[in-house]
Amino acid sequence: MINILEVNETNQMIEQEKLDVRTITLGVSLLDCCDADLDALNRNIYDKITRLGKDLVSTGREIELEYGIPIVNKRIAVTPIALVAGRACRSPEDFVEVAATLDKAARNTGVNFLGGYSAIVSKGMTPTDEALIRSIPAALASTERVCSSVNLGSTKTGINMDAVKLMGEIVRETAEATKENNSLGCAKLVVFCNAPDDNPFMAGAFHGVSEADAVVNVGVSGPGVIKHALEGVRGKNFEVLCETVKRTAFKVTRAGQLVAQEASERLGIPFGIVDLSLAPTPSVGDSVAGILEEMGLESVGAPGTTAALALLNDQVKKGGIMASSFVGGLSGAFIPVSEDQGMIDAVNRGALTIEKLEAMTCVCSVGLDMIAIPGDTPASTISGIIADEAAIGMINQKTTAVRLIPVIGKDVGETVEFGGLLGYAPVQRVNGFGCADFINRGGRIPAPIHSFKN
Amino acid sequence: MPEEINTIQGQESMSKTIITVVGKDTVGIIAKVCTYLAENQVNVEDISQTIVQGYFNMMMIVDTGGSTKPYAGMVIELDELGEEIGVRIRCQREDIFTKMHRI
Repeated sequence: MINILEVNETNQMIEQEKLDVRTITLGVSLLDCCDADLDALNRNIYDKITRLGKDLVSTGREIELEYGIPIVNKRIAVTPIALVAGRACRSPEDFVEVAATLDKAARNTGVNFLGGYSAIVSKGMTPTDEALIRSIPAALASTERVCSSVNLGSTKTGINMDAVKLMGEIVRETAEATKENNSLGCAKLVVFCNAPDDNPFMAGAFHGVSEADAVVNVGVSGPGVIKHALEGVRGKNFEVLCETVKRTAFKVTRAGQLVAQEASERLGIPFGIVDLSLAPTPSVGDSVAGILEEMGLESVGAPGTTAALALLNDQVKKGGIMASSFVGGLSGAFIPVSEDQGMIDAVNRGALTIEKLEAMTCVCSVGLDMIAIPGDTPASTISGIIADEAAIGMINQKTTAVRLIPVIGKDVGETVEFGGLLGYAPVQRVNGFGCADFINRGGRIPAPIHSFKN
Repeated sequence: MPEEINTIQGQESMSKTIITVVGKDTVGIIAKVCTYLAENQVNVEDISQTIVQGYFNMMMIVDTGGSTKPYAGMVIELDELGEEIGVRIRCQREDIFTKMHRI
């Protein structure tokens, strides 16, 4: 039987160390909504999302109340819209109408974000894919809750450099289209290499074609819990350090697994995966940077940071894998800058640069995330950064992503406020040397060799 | 037969509820909580309690199977009762603890 110490430990994790379930994300396939008529397509999409998603928010609240664990976000991910809307949408303007439908469905179901305004173009772009991509700036400027992502490379296909070039321009256009709002549109746009089909985290969530009709995915969190556990083993060797992370990650993931199973049962929708990511928030004590510093770094960004992050990421997986029957999504530590107070502080004290963040993305779950850069950064430079991240993902057979915010009208040293979970960020310096001739070549980078790995 | 087995297993695995009360020790905390539970046909199966540095710390294992009150309503009312007495009362399904601490 459970004892008072164990009960107190769990409740302390929840109340003082900010243990929560970061998101319950309902994946919905829209493949059966296809229609040649745009109005019919919009109707089908709206009806299906609102039918399957109508109880998502209330069920989430119920579980939260009964188990006493906060569930921060309830969200919906849909089939990449480029696949669904191909017959009905002939222009970027048509796609923007679909985005409006998604936004309306998100508002009606009460979810705070809906992901899947996406295209998968890792090898090539169809005219439909390209029309969707070109509609992204207008779609993100005219909607509130829609999130967009583009997958433009994979280990199996190589990198679509035409798409890399285009996305540099689209990120800039999105920043311009939302400049009244600190270029916030870019916070809802992710560029991927090796994007997973079952990621529950925004802005990159979409419901892949390998998925069932509807599925419940859960993203756990808990940087604060790991940090607190590590406070108890200061100065101990790496074996103790790793064991502590592993054991704590197990407990955190069990809470996520329980919530996922409950949500699945109550909604009558199959359980998909638990995503083991450590996702920070801007609130104090909920920081991945805080964990790395607790390990013994003076500041995130100092030599040793990449090694510390690598061991954290690996131990979280080792602990979490056994705690859940199905693990998927991104599963690792997130290192967004604006959403993590420790990262923000490190940038402000000059310890953390984009180049060091890039090195860190080689060993963590995602990539260059929520980084504010000067508003006058050229599109080709943004493309160059995207190409670098995609190359890391392609060669290392992992997911990498880029979510940069060129803040129009702001320069290095200024700060930009996004609000809520998105936090705030200091505008960071970008290497000023150009790469336009490299980006303008066009074509594809071939898939890498799968042997002779060094 | 298989149906019967399922029913028995179902009853055995009926989830219990853990009520925790934490706060400054005053007269009548247990009485007030137990009165509320009795009024709502909630059966108390086990109580453990300690006082750490003047702070009252109690855990009850209860069975809400006989209660007609919706679960969420009970969580909220116990929280309100806690505010009245000046302590923190949490009411949670046992699974959140067993899943975390037992393999």
